[in-house]
Amino acid sequence: MERSTLDLWVGIFVVAGIAALVVLAFKVGNLSTYNVSESYSLQANFSNIGGLKAQASIKSAGVLVGRVTSISLDTKQYEAKVLMSIDSRYQFPKDTIGKILTSGLLGEQYIGLDPGGDTVMLKSGDEIKQTQSAVVLEDMIGKFLYNKAETGK
Amino acid sequence: MALVSSLRGIGSRVVNAVWRIGYASRFFLMTLYYSGLSFRRFRLTVREIFFSGVMSLIIIIVAGMFVGMVLGLQGYETLKRYGSESALGSLVALSLVRELGPVLAALLFASRAGSAMTAEIGLMKATEQISAMEMMAVNPIARVVAPRFWAGVISMPLLAAMFSAMGVFGGYVVGVVLIGVDEGSFWSQMQGAVDFRHDVMNGVIKSLVFGVAVTVISLFEGYDAPPTAEGVSGATTRTVVESSLAILMLDFMLTAFMFGE
Repeated sequence: MERSTLDLWVGIFVVAGIAALVVLAFKVGNLSTYNVSESYSLQANFSNIGGLKAQASIKSAGVLVGRVTSISLDTKQYEAKVLMSIDSRYQFPKDTIGKILTSGLLGEQYIGLDPGGDTVMLKSGDEIKQTQSAVVLEDMIGKFLYNKAETGK
Repeated sequence: MALVSSLRGIGSRVVNAVWRIGYASRFFLMTLYYSGLSFRRFRLTVREIFFSGVMSLIIIIVAGMFVGMVLGLQGYETLKRYGSESALGSLVALSLVRELGPVLAALLFASRAGSAMTAEIGLMKATEQISAMEMMAVNPIARVVAPRFWAGVISMPLLAAMFSAMGVFGGYVVGVVLIGVDEGSFWSQMQGAVDFRHDVMNGVIKSLVFGVAVTVISLFEGYDAPPTAEGVSGATTRTVVESSLAILMLDFMLTAFMFGE
């Protein structure tokens, strides 16, 4: 079996194809920003998560510290149970507050962590006790109209 | 009498179609069953990758580039109204990686390489090369069909990836270089929107499925073609029509399956 120019062309073709895939993965896609570092999981219950989705970002002071792993409904309290995976470079105090926030006016929703002053840190599997639900526009309009009706005669 | 004969005509068409589907399925399974040779003598497959994959490179690269450029222009015009030109990168990349890359590359592949495969095998049959192989106890499915099948299945994802990458580059040229969208936000919005596993890998899976569908249709049409000049030309036409329809229908099903919630 000997080499021929045909093999060279097929080789170029395969290399170009794989190069295109690599470009799609790293330059176009988010493989380069994938978190390869260690992470630990936390959970939090929210009475309403609004439009939060799995893979949504978790930020503290605007810095990305983790991602939402899964969202399910806790049928004991009928609250949304959100599992989060946090980069283990970042530790948060026990009395951290988790809020569901929106980036921009119509942007996607994310979880913001406001650290408290406790000296004990949250460990893997712990729960964030204090949470603030997503702002639902309909509820706000409802409250506004209700207040208007009470005060304005 | 006219009613009876037209009913009979419809009936025979339906029976014929079902017959062909059964024959095509058996043909597909036989191709898979006799695939051993195309890997033991990989040279055969490499030769076919050259004819179907490498020869389609130019059309894929040029078409991808222009599709990306058009997306860049049209996307910019629309996004400008909402003041969100910076989302141009994610618009171009998502539409290419998820849909346009696999689908258009497969359509081009079907008309560039698929029709050639059909004509080649149809002519081999018309000139009795297939029968000659059988006389020499060479299995034509193993020797002629399977290497072409695997070459198509290997080439298709690579071509689709190149199409998408060239499209993103075309979008970049029009959006950033010519129109002047901010380069940083173009790439960062794109990377924020395109998920490797969910978008890029699903696009690769799509193009693999299209590769299987297009090559099976082209090879079967060639193998099943009546051994006449008319028969081969009809088979070539049917290849392009059937594989284009198959690609678009499969694309709808795969999209509903992958991206539907």
